Amino acid sequence: MPDVLKAPLVVEFPFTRSLGPVQSAFLTGLRERVILGVKTRDGRTLVPPVEYDPVTAEEIRDLVHVGVTGTVTTWAWNHEPRRGQPLDRPFAWVLVKLDGADTALLHALDAPGPDAVRTGMRVRVRWAEERTGAITDIACFEPYDGDDSEVTVHAGEFEDPVHGIVAQARLDYTYSPGRAQTAYINALAERRAVGERCPSCRKVYVPPRGACPTCGVATVEQVEVGPSGTVTTFCIVNIKAKNLDIEVPYVYAHIALDGADLALHGRIGGIPYDQVRMGLRVEPVWTEGGGYPDHYRPTGEPDAEYDTYKELL
Amino acid sequence: MTRDIAVVAFAQSDTLRSSEEVSEVEMLMPVLHDVLAQTGLKTADIGFTCSGSCDYLAGRAFSFTLALDGVGAWPPISESHVETDGAWALYEAWTKLLSGDADTALVYSYGKSSPGSLRDVLTRQLDPYYVAPLWPDSVALAALQAQALIDAGDTDERELAAIGARSRATDNPRAQLKGPVPQGDYVVRPLRTGDCPPIGDGAAAVVLAAGERARELCERPAWIRGIDHRIEAHSLGVRDLTDSPSARLAAERAGAFERPVDTAELHAPFSSQEVVLRKALGLDDATRVNPSGGALAANPMMAAGLARIGEAAARIHRGESDRALAHATSGPCLQQNLVAVLEGDPR
Repeated sequence: MPDVLKAPLVVEFPFTRSLGPVQSAFLTGLRERVILGVKTRDGRTLVPPVEYDPVTAEEIRDLVHVGVTGTVTTWAWNHEPRRGQPLDRPFAWVLVKLDGADTALLHALDAPGPDAVRTGMRVRVRWAEERTGAITDIACFEPYDGDDSEVTVHAGEFEDPVHGIVAQARLDYTYSPGRAQTAYINALAERRAVGERCPSCRKVYVPPRGACPTCGVATVEQVEVGPSGTVTTFCIVNIKAKNLDIEVPYVYAHIALDGADLALHGRIGGIPYDQVRMGLRVEPVWTEGGGYPDHYRPTGEPDAEYDTYKELL
Repeated sequence: MTRDIAVVAFAQSDTLRSSEEVSEVEMLMPVLHDVLAQTGLKTADIGFTCSGSCDYLAGRAFSFTLALDGVGAWPPISESHVETDGAWALYEAWTKLLSGDADTALVYSYGKSSPGSLRDVLTRQLDPYYVAPLWPDSVALAALQAQALIDAGDTDERELAAIGARSRATDNPRAQLKGPVPQGDYVVRPLRTGDCPPIGDGAAAVVLAAGERARELCERPAWIRGIDHRIEAHSLGVRDLTDSPSARLAAERAGAFERPVDTAELHAPFSSQEVVLRKALGLDDATRVNPSGGALAANPMMAAGLARIGEAAARIHRGESDRALAHATSGPCLQQNLVAVLEGDPR
């Protein structure tokens, strides 16, 4: 088997998320260096606060102002911080029960080493210098040996409250397409189209995905198809795609390469868009270093009879 | 309508650190062929197909639709998918068979963790407002739970190491990590390498059948006497991390406490989580725990929970168990728990 193809794949997305009234008050509070909890009907104070009671599911809205100091309820020493985590030097993950709260908040504790951390130790919030209304407005916690902070009722009303957050997410992958698609892509590099035949129903799939979707068995026999083919159906594209340097309107078509039992898709060029038709015979046009056909153009042959491609629509 | 439903076949792939030479469907197909061959069924004979997988693992959108090629899904079959461990796909298939809509079901799941960085990928399943922006990785969250157990006097580092060693002393030919493995350094203290599951790619599949159909397809079906799944509150700081009330409730609803089980297959990816589950499920030394090696020997994401049910069922098929508990989990610190109770006919 030739070497497996691999390529970096970055999946990156900024999720814009709206906030409920309790979340909005809590995150706005962080921006203003105030930490709010929410009271449940049975008198517990939840920090971080949620919109609904986790036990009874009833809506809860009574906000209280809790301390910026608290007690570690459990911890874990992280000697190798990873991308995106609160500190870029070794730190402890901690769950902290803030003074006045009955539940614990997850965050980082800036400590010199694991010997300086223990369950039950007292800590206080270290605020981020720039705060936007996000959990990261707490830069981290730090060890603290002073008194408990005061706890008061809070209306949760601020000027210019935050109503949403933008959650950035990025994941890095090394993608590999597997055996069948590797063989297909390698053949394309030699300007050949190679499909795979199902050993059971004998259909030839191009591009091959490694399995016959009708029979559920592996396709292994390689079959060279094309290079010419027949337009089985098409559409006229009138909207210019971002980062795509092609003038509109243009035609995008399903093309059954000669010998294939499945149509692939590609752009049709070399002919005015309004003259493309079902049955048009086309051939691939390659560009230097393209790795796949740039587009397909008419061969000049007579159109294919409908009966020859009607099963491939 | 009440019907007896059984697991009649189980198959799984090897679990490998990298499976880059095969696509997801290429990895899955031999497992599907294996499980069907055990019953003599063909894909066209299956009444309902349900799968479990997660696109975030390999970063490939809608990958389950491509995996469907492996079951011969065209012309269209009766089919469904869950974006979690295949144990929950099995639960859906069980309800489908209970309803009488189908007599047989194929359940499969697979995960390719190798293309991405699993510890980071799993942060994306967390609360997006208060937790995910801090990127706490899966080992870190398990370590917070482990420290809480140590503080509570429920375990210590030596006992945790023994759980890993006992798990990997398995003779399971499909295990990724087997035999003596150094306990290693801290990954996130107090968890060391030996307390953490190996990261691997793999797939698992089972066939379910109802009533007499099950007896036709399998000499000793593993009857599902009960199955239930429950979740904890989503905020970690609300939970008592040393306990798993959701696992206990699921086990109670599944009938696990009505009579003792001789075998338990627990999906405890971290050694410390076995401590939590033993406590929550009231398991003592009379029950053989994880003869397959469990998740500490092989933990293909999305398949390891289904494999626990499959391993428990296979022991009943082979006559090595009469009544077994199978457990699957998903999410941080045993967030969601599924328990099934399986029994063989009296011998």
